Amino acid sequence: MRNISIIWRKEMNSYFVSPIAYLLLTMFGLIFGFFFWNALGYFVLMGMESQMRGQMFPMNLNEQVIRPLLSNASVTGLFFIPMITMRLFAEEKRSGTMELLTTSPIRDLEVILGKWFAAVTLYACMLLFTALNFAFLFKYGNPDWKPLAIGYLGLLLQAGGLLAIGTFISTLTKNQIIAGAATFGVCLLLWVLEWVSGYETATWAQVLAYMSVITHFESFAKGVLDTKDAIFYLTVIFLGLFFTARSMESLRWRS
Amino acid sequence: MITVKELTKRYARNTAVDHISFEVQKGQIVGFLGPNGAGKTTTMRMLTCFLPPTAGSATVAGFDVLEQPLEVKKRIGYLPESPPLYPEMETGEYLSFVGKLKGLSGTELGKRVDYACDRCAVADVKNKLLGKLSKGYRQRVGLAQAIIHNPDVLILDEPTAGLDPKQINETRELIKGLAGDHTIILSTHILPEVEQTCEQVIIINKGKLVATDSVHNLQNRARGAETVLVEIAGRNGSLDMGVVQSRLQQIAGISRVQFKTSHGNRSVFEVESQKGFVRGDLARSVVEAGWDLNELRPAAMSLEEIFLQLTGSEAPAEQAATKGAQ
Repeated sequence: MRNISIIWRKEMNSYFVSPIAYLLLTMFGLIFGFFFWNALGYFVLMGMESQMRGQMFPMNLNEQVIRPLLSNASVTGLFFIPMITMRLFAEEKRSGTMELLTTSPIRDLEVILGKWFAAVTLYACMLLFTALNFAFLFKYGNPDWKPLAIGYLGLLLQAGGLLAIGTFISTLTKNQIIAGAATFGVCLLLWVLEWVSGYETATWAQVLAYMSVITHFESFAKGVLDTKDAIFYLTVIFLGLFFTARSMESLRWRS
Repeated sequence: MITVKELTKRYARNTAVDHISFEVQKGQIVGFLGPNGAGKTTTMRMLTCFLPPTAGSATVAGFDVLEQPLEVKKRIGYLPESPPLYPEMETGEYLSFVGKLKGLSGTELGKRVDYACDRCAVADVKNKLLGKLSKGYRQRVGLAQAIIHNPDVLILDEPTAGLDPKQINETRELIKGLAGDHTIILSTHILPEVEQTCEQVIIINKGKLVATDSVHNLQNRARGAETVLVEIAGRNGSLDMGVVQSRLQQIAGISRVQFKTSHGNRSVFEVESQKGFVRGDLARSVVEAGWDLNELRPAAMSLEEIFLQLTGSEAPAEQAATKGAQ
């Protein structure tokens, strides 16, 4: 546990000493803010229309603002995840500091968990940044906070899985760009897999669609905590970290 | 302190280290010598648990590198060929990070960081970013990082590579100074370095152990007979090589006289004797013959010659070949 926190702190330090963290926070905050502004603008328009026609549409902040926002955030996250994970191991391999870590009295798993927690923490910071938008929503409206919390939990779980995959890919190369590009490709693929369900209903299509990280987010966006989907994300996290550990072990046999 | 038995590392196509065995006693400085690509780094990496051996065993401070790697790692300080530094960290911050990795904490950690800084003369750059340090400082921070947890064994992979002559001297002095407290293995392909710093030499070539002995013994062993270089000048006009050669050959104990070079009326001969000290007889004989004795010096075999003799004279060609292969 102590060793994990040593690695975690080192990684957090390097995120926040370099411009990476600030860049990601700013960009994510900006994009999310734009989504928020759009969603709210649309919501206000709907409200005015319903007044003009004199008939009341059912208006619900949770359904009409928060839910599409969370879905957007879940897709936007896919683009940011490679930038968080690409340097994790690739950088250590390139600069030779991997040799320091692997010859220190610390287990591989502790290194991996430390790094992955740091990546998750940075993503959590990005999410926290977006909470500013919802603060306004709570000030001027009265949405239900529970579905929102579940949505955030979903975002975090989904990112956890993708970050684990990114961490794994980062162990495969010395080149950050390659790690980043490969992770980006995998993230995109895991998003679009779901599209096959649009025209095909065979078992293979269902399996492919099931593997899409986006499908599993739908329940979270609705504010429903579905164990099935939570377990899916936890499995992705586990597999990602497991492959990272195997890959790190194989570095020793190959190098 | 370190016991290596039949250690072997095979890769898919080649054998990097081939059945190497040696022992290192506590407190010794051992030079690990070999041309580039001989297997020095691979051996060191196996000792530090970075690479698992294919066959054979190695124990450090009584712990096996395969069975108890964590215990071994606690007792080893390792400086890889390029110091493992994080450019975005400050020196002090980096040393304290490494200290924590090695299991130090609290006031002990602070004390060790200060000690390592002082010892390796990096205290003045404690608040500087590692990425901005000069090569010499980087190397010394690397050394400081290796000694931070006061390890029993220090493993240094080419600690003076890429430094300027002044820094090389400083680093060697530093390593010598560390010898009392730590057992040190240092690899190098620079021979005078071994002569100057090490007590014991392990020479490997093409992954095989060629020799392991003390520097002194190795020199003696390779020298065997005493060899003396004599520079003789003729008083009037040039020298007759034949006359000189036969004259020198008559001295008791001299087994071989060989003409080396000549400049004008000065000529240099290499004289080999079996029974040891003949320099007195040699000088007298030259003067009595009416020549001038300009120079008389023992041609002690340098480690360089021993090394070439042991690893075969094709070593330079091979270096180029292995470099190409890498």
